[in-house]
Amino acid sequence: MYAPYPENMMESIKKVEATRAERMSTEPRRLTADEKDALLKEFHPDYNPDAFAEIKVGPNKGEKAPLELANILHSTSRILNEDVDITKVDYDVDVLVIGGGGAGSSCAIEAHNAGASVMIVTKLRIGDANTMMAEGGIQAADKENDSPVQHYLDCFGGGHFAARPELVRRLVMEVPNENKWLNELAVECEIEKDGRMMTTRGGGTSRKRMHAAKDYSGSEIMRTVRDEVLNLGIPVVEFTSAVELLKDEKGQVAGAVLVNMETGDYSVARAKTVVIATGGAGRMHYQGFPTSNHYGATADGLILGYRAGAPLLYQDSIQYHPTGVAHPVQIQGALVTEKVRSVGAQLVNANGEAYIHPLETRDVNASGVIRECREGRGVEAPSGQLGVWLDTPMIELLGGEGTIEKRIPAMFRMYMNYGIDMRKVPILIYPTLHYQNGGLEINGDGFTNTIPNLLVAGEAAGGIHGRNRLMGNSLLDVIVFGRNAGKKAAAKAKEVELGTPNLDHMKAYADELKAAGVDTGDISPLLLPKYARHER
Amino acid sequence: MGDMVNVYFSGKRYSVPAELTIMTAMEYAGYTWKRGCGCRHGFCGACATIYRIKGKNELKTCLACQTQVEEGMYVASIPFFPTDKRTYSIEDIRPNQQIMMELYPEIYSCIGCNACTKACTQDLNVMQYIAYAQRGEFEKCAEESFDCVSCGCCSVRCPAGISHPQVGLLARRLTGKYIAPKAEHLEKRVEEINHGEYDELIEQIMQKPITEMKELYNTREIEK
Repeated sequence: MYAPYPENMMESIKKVEATRAERMSTEPRRLTADEKDALLKEFHPDYNPDAFAEIKVGPNKGEKAPLELANILHSTSRILNEDVDITKVDYDVDVLVIGGGGAGSSCAIEAHNAGASVMIVTKLRIGDANTMMAEGGIQAADKENDSPVQHYLDCFGGGHFAARPELVRRLVMEVPNENKWLNELAVECEIEKDGRMMTTRGGGTSRKRMHAAKDYSGSEIMRTVRDEVLNLGIPVVEFTSAVELLKDEKGQVAGAVLVNMETGDYSVARAKTVVIATGGAGRMHYQGFPTSNHYGATADGLILGYRAGAPLLYQDSIQYHPTGVAHPVQIQGALVTEKVRSVGAQLVNANGEAYIHPLETRDVNASGVIRECREGRGVEAPSGQLGVWLDTPMIELLGGEGTIEKRIPAMFRMYMNYGIDMRKVPILIYPTLHYQNGGLEINGDGFTNTIPNLLVAGEAAGGIHGRNRLMGNSLLDVIVFGRNAGKKAAAKAKEVELGTPNLDHMKAYADELKAAGVDTGDISPLLLPKYARHER
Repeated sequence: MGDMVNVYFSGKRYSVPAELTIMTAMEYAGYTWKRGCGCRHGFCGACATIYRIKGKNELKTCLACQTQVEEGMYVASIPFFPTDKRTYSIEDIRPNQQIMMELYPEIYSCIGCNACTKACTQDLNVMQYIAYAQRGEFEKCAEESFDCVSCGCCSVRCPAGISHPQVGLLARRLTGKYIAPKAEHLEKRVEEINHGEYDELIEQIMQKPITEMKELYNTREIEK
């Protein structure tokens, strides 16, 4: 018998196999609204009061934030005590884009096409971003039984009715146009024989509107958009991070102070409009969770904007993806795409029970996994990590032999590296820190309400997804709001008259911290997580 | 702590837990990655790595984030490799054989050594997709190269100086834009939206009170 797992796990698999035929003939019941609420309140990490702290300074003073985020909000600037000459301008552009992921890159393309001089600064390489790692797909309501209104309902309801209506409208109404743009840029997409795009279900979506490129959907988008940035000759300054925004005497954003990640040298970029497209915060490891995010996801943009006076929205709402790798330990926390469930795998506990519908929204499914593990129906991996099964052999039974290699080759490859053939055995999963639902608050056009000429796009922005994002809505978020920001930033730059850049807000923030008696001893933004182990 | 193994980073020996990947082993040894580390989950190709097991002749290539350490592993990360991307306008080029000749003529210098395929960290048949590109079979090249993460290990090993990931990317873009069938339902929906057919409906749903939205959401029909 094929046994890639230790004995206790194989014992549990027998139970999973014993119930498989019966489970396949029925679809698990959907939870009622009340049942979902109760499950979330008891098991979702956002409801853990010990994991949050009150914000002591700034626009969201008095609200709560995850401890680790509060810590960087309460830390002083990296350059507070550095001697940076901001009168010496190294880069002078119309539009400065901070971040080289999906939002930043598509933003830069549009700003360039609108005639602006634009530059991308990015902490790692262009494309080292969560966009590159988005696996499952992009939503677009383009089939006959679907509509932007239905998409709006799914998105707004899935986000617990907390999203900003004007942002949801932009999201759902511009999506088909964005997909057309991606098509024209030549992004490949799974297509049926008759030329129709193949679409699948996602958690919390009421129609099959997930478009995918195998399970490399984000990669396919990111590498194409990156290629276009390079084709257009847009300057990309890599391994360079913004550490503080600049403002002028009129309170307008005026550029940013940058640091060379390798040499530690500072430089100054002056710009008429600035777009924060710095992405997420998985590497903050809220509540000790592993993360599916890329190495640089440390919430840099949030502190840049916040220290300059831009408020956050839903900074206390975090998405834990229900299916992160629980075993093997080498890839613990890596994302197992929701598409695995879209194409048929069920969530099954240690006793072989399909204890929940596999396509509830992510917060509900994550809470379900945590409940099963906490109440003794989880399976223990050799590392001690508990998890429940994702019954992948069902995919081949439902879709035919070869479906896994064809539709989710990255997942297949990732597990085969460790000798686990998911066609034959289920895989063990546990929630992983995946997405920052909130972020800097923006208006319907992508600008912050408080700092003139400052825009935010992509995961760094809040309000688009309310308090829970649906699968496939972030890839389209980065493209819709990225492109929009590029157009708006370029147009705005034409009318901006810049004053003299200063760092007064940084000093004022430091004073505010002092007055509040807050001293973390740390500096922010974090830039990179602290993973190096030092013996002394 | 479980079993430990000896690994060598740039020739220097460290004793690290055997369960770690090359990436986490270097962090265990005290290094902080700046270059050579991106998504950490096998999608971005930042952590291209070359290694040799002590006493063995074969040079191997891998992604540091997806590869477990082994006893006697001599590791060198490849923080950057100058692959050669040629620029073009996707609107102006066409999927014909000349375009490869114009943009990536070196693919015709391939000597068939297959070092690229052996070096591929994704186990792709790299030499085959280059052959497809040579023949102008872009769709096949696109399919064969689809899972490429552009780590560049193939290019590092290529005696002909081919930038394989760039060739695959060009083939995929040509396929996506000019060869793959157009989705009519998408074009139709774009047209409907641009003609304002949903404007009123969207306005209506935006104005609905939350209680009504909850009712609509909780009773909506879900496609099987």
